[in-house]
Amino acid sequence: MGMGAAATLAACTGKKRIEQTDNVGEPPTGQMTYRTNPTTGDKVSILGYGMMRLPQKPDSEEFDQDMINQQVDYALAHGLNYFDTSPVYCQGQSERCTGIALKRHPRKSFFVATKLSNFDPKLWSHKASVEMYHNSMKELQVDYIDYYLLHSVGGGGMQNFSQRYLDNGMLDFLMEERRAGRIRNLGFSYHGDVEVFDYLLANHDKYHWDFVQIQLNYLDWTYANEMNDRNTDASYLYGELQKRGIPAVIMEPLLGGRLVKLPSYVVSQLKEREPQKSLASWAFRYAGTPKGVLTVLSGMTYMEHLKDNLLTYCPLQPLNEEEQHFLDTEIAQQMMEMDTIPCNDCKYCMPCPYGIDIPANFLHYNKWIIDKKMPNDAGDPEYRKNRRNYLISLDRAVPHDRQPDHCIMCNHCIDVKHCPQNIRIPVELHKISQRLEELRRDNS
Amino acid sequence: MLKKTRKILGITCLAGLTLLFLDFTGTLHLYLGWMAKMQALEATLALNVVVVALLAVATLIFGRIYCSVICPLGVMQDVFGWLGKKSKKNRYTYSKAISWLRYTMLVIFAGALFAGAGTLVQLLAPYSAFGRIATTLLQPLWMMGNNALAVVAEHYESYTFYSVDVWMRSLPVFIIALLTLAVLAVLAWRNGRTYCNTVCPVGTALSLLSRFSLLKVRFDKSKCRNCSLCTKNCKAACIDFKAHEIDYSRCVVCGDCIDSCKFGALKYTTGFNKTEKKKEDKEANGLSRRSFLLTSALMATAAMAEETEALVDGGLADIVEKKAPTRTTPLVPPGALSLKNMAQRCTGCQLCVSECPNGILRPSTDMMHLMQPVMSFERGFCRPECTRCSDVCPAGAIKPLDAIEKSSIQIGHAVVAADFCISALGEAECGNCERHCPAGAIEMVPVDPNNEESNYVPAVNEEICIGCGACEHLCPVRPLSAIHVEGHEVHKMI
Repeated sequence: MGMGAAATLAACTGKKRIEQTDNVGEPPTGQMTYRTNPTTGDKVSILGYGMMRLPQKPDSEEFDQDMINQQVDYALAHGLNYFDTSPVYCQGQSERCTGIALKRHPRKSFFVATKLSNFDPKLWSHKASVEMYHNSMKELQVDYIDYYLLHSVGGGGMQNFSQRYLDNGMLDFLMEERRAGRIRNLGFSYHGDVEVFDYLLANHDKYHWDFVQIQLNYLDWTYANEMNDRNTDASYLYGELQKRGIPAVIMEPLLGGRLVKLPSYVVSQLKEREPQKSLASWAFRYAGTPKGVLTVLSGMTYMEHLKDNLLTYCPLQPLNEEEQHFLDTEIAQQMMEMDTIPCNDCKYCMPCPYGIDIPANFLHYNKWIIDKKMPNDAGDPEYRKNRRNYLISLDRAVPHDRQPDHCIMCNHCIDVKHCPQNIRIPVELHKISQRLEELRRDNS
Repeated sequence: MLKKTRKILGITCLAGLTLLFLDFTGTLHLYLGWMAKMQALEATLALNVVVVALLAVATLIFGRIYCSVICPLGVMQDVFGWLGKKSKKNRYTYSKAISWLRYTMLVIFAGALFAGAGTLVQLLAPYSAFGRIATTLLQPLWMMGNNALAVVAEHYESYTFYSVDVWMRSLPVFIIALLTLAVLAVLAWRNGRTYCNTVCPVGTALSLLSRFSLLKVRFDKSKCRNCSLCTKNCKAACIDFKAHEIDYSRCVVCGDCIDSCKFGALKYTTGFNKTEKKKEDKEANGLSRRSFLLTSALMATAAMAEETEALVDGGLADIVEKKAPTRTTPLVPPGALSLKNMAQRCTGCQLCVSECPNGILRPSTDMMHLMQPVMSFERGFCRPECTRCSDVCPAGAIKPLDAIEKSSIQIGHAVVAADFCISALGEAECGNCERHCPAGAIEMVPVDPNNEESNYVPAVNEEICIGCGACEHLCPVRPLSAIHVEGHEVHKMI
């Protein structure tokens, strides 16, 4: 029946239909939605390019500069003009790759954002910090930076923040650089302890934040705190910025892909509403809808990610209230019921000194939870099959020596490195390890 | 008829036993394990009276069919011989039995068995040689094939095949297996059953019975035209066509002579005939046989096992391969009862080694116990739910037991090298050994008993430690773990 109907339709409209299908999935040019930065008047594309998940050559750790250039060119051609990087991304390669790609375009055609990163306390001195700042300019091959951020404030609380940015005079230095015009916009990205966020906003009169980067998506809007009491709901963060008229740059709109790795019953609900729209488009429309959002960052590894996001944002169709409620309440609730580990595969925790592949273990675990195949109930008729497959698939995903039972709970991943999602990594690994041991023993 | 039956049965047994050694999934031994338990020497060592009696009776009735059907090494030699025959027909000649060598070998073998000189036993015993070849030479190829399929399966999200580690369990044993195969292949190719009738202790022992067997291949002198085809096709070199005599101590009842005779002068019957003669010959192939033993023994002392396999990933910290510690007393699996029982019963067939799913068992490189299994925990630990080695052992060297029994047998105990322990040294908070000890035998205690704040070091309750090696395997210190298991001479229930 369906086939016949489609055939008839095609026959009726003939050639015109065929011409149209040629362009399905290809984003249009000149349709990008822009938001205006109130301080500098920058017209920033609602889609920003996150340079944290750059493409690598197949079966290699080497970053694929040709592919990066190609994607950057394509993005610029479609109106994207905001690129966000950091000295620590992609094992320290991101700024250089970004610089090479952007150097091929006029300086005025893009905005580049980078950060004063705070991962290694050895680099916290004034001298080392200024060096990091200058090195960013060198790597990016620019003489001014459009958007400069204090990276990931909040991790380690006020104490870490003071040591990192206040005591060494770095914040004063950066404000001076802003006055000198080498930094056009100064802001910070925030994860973790809300005390630091509140402090920085309370002193807005002193610091004049031009923008703030926060994690916002339909799961974190009202459930971030419920998921992990050390995190803060995006609704609060965004509200605080709105009160002061500070534009928000959005990170983790897709939670590192977690908002597209959905169980089938959630997929159906989204597809029933918009059969031809990607799962990711929902998350991006959600993140882009609030008016105070300057740009939404997406770490687009592949050309298809880029094209799909451009389709969503050229132009953005904002969600109505009902749709927002559908996502941040109905869908989010269903996702909260699953017991996944909120890992976004950002790899900030890596490398583990004992060789554990932390994100790979979490992603594997989540996949089985989401697919509802986790062998939890020995009475389940599928239990034996799922048990065997789970154990085999773990060995495929993670080599033996990098599996959770080798985690010694030294806490390096959360004390020395840090998790932007505040996951209690060693505890979660230990839980997985215990369950694994139970499953391995149950070979009756 | 005899030849056909022999061929079908022989190939079935060879295929079954080969599969038994190749299989790493632990499923086939449920169906094929009995084939290993039928092996004469192993059944004798396991004091398996039923099998031994069965084999003795079968030999007294049918002759040495054991050597042509049940013994995988015998059938394997036939395969080589058959390949040899293809290149040159009617190639064999009659030779007299080298009885002095056979019986000397048998005496040496029996002596070695009683003395517990496992190495010698395993070099001479047929099933051990076969197992060695299958495990060290064939199983890795089988596993690589499986791994290739696993890659394909993964591509299609199928769990039918899963990847397994292929590793060199012991270089000396690998070399010995290679030499064994080479020597046997050459001997079988050129002269058929030379090994079986001069070196093999099982063959010699069976020959004592086979001469009195009820059914024998017999000459009908009236029909024989002395064409010599029977002799030229006898891989046991036991038919003297001129004298119309067959040496039944060497005849393995293959039936090739019956098939080759164009005049129907040979028959497998219970008829009455002349008794066989024995003569001694000091020449023949003595040299190659001696050199086989000599080179094998020499090779055993050669290179030690090296297991270096770098696992480097860019975004991940390098992991140094674990190294096996030197254990003052070797570790043998639960069910082995004691080192002595293992030494006396194990024929080094490698079946347990090929079956071990956790990469623990490997052939010993110690001269006195060469090729007998020992345990080490670089690749895994002796998991509480697994009893695979005890399920498959045909020789009673590892006695059958269930998982509950297994977990309460103490095969050794863990000892701590506090100088290496990162927790004791204060380099990191660890306690992984305590966390993963299935027996709950490890406790982290302060290095300084008077100072709760001092670093913590594992303390082993040696009364309840069973020696499974979980602590050693999961210790983050590499290449040598800071905690390792020392074996016990005699295992005990706790």
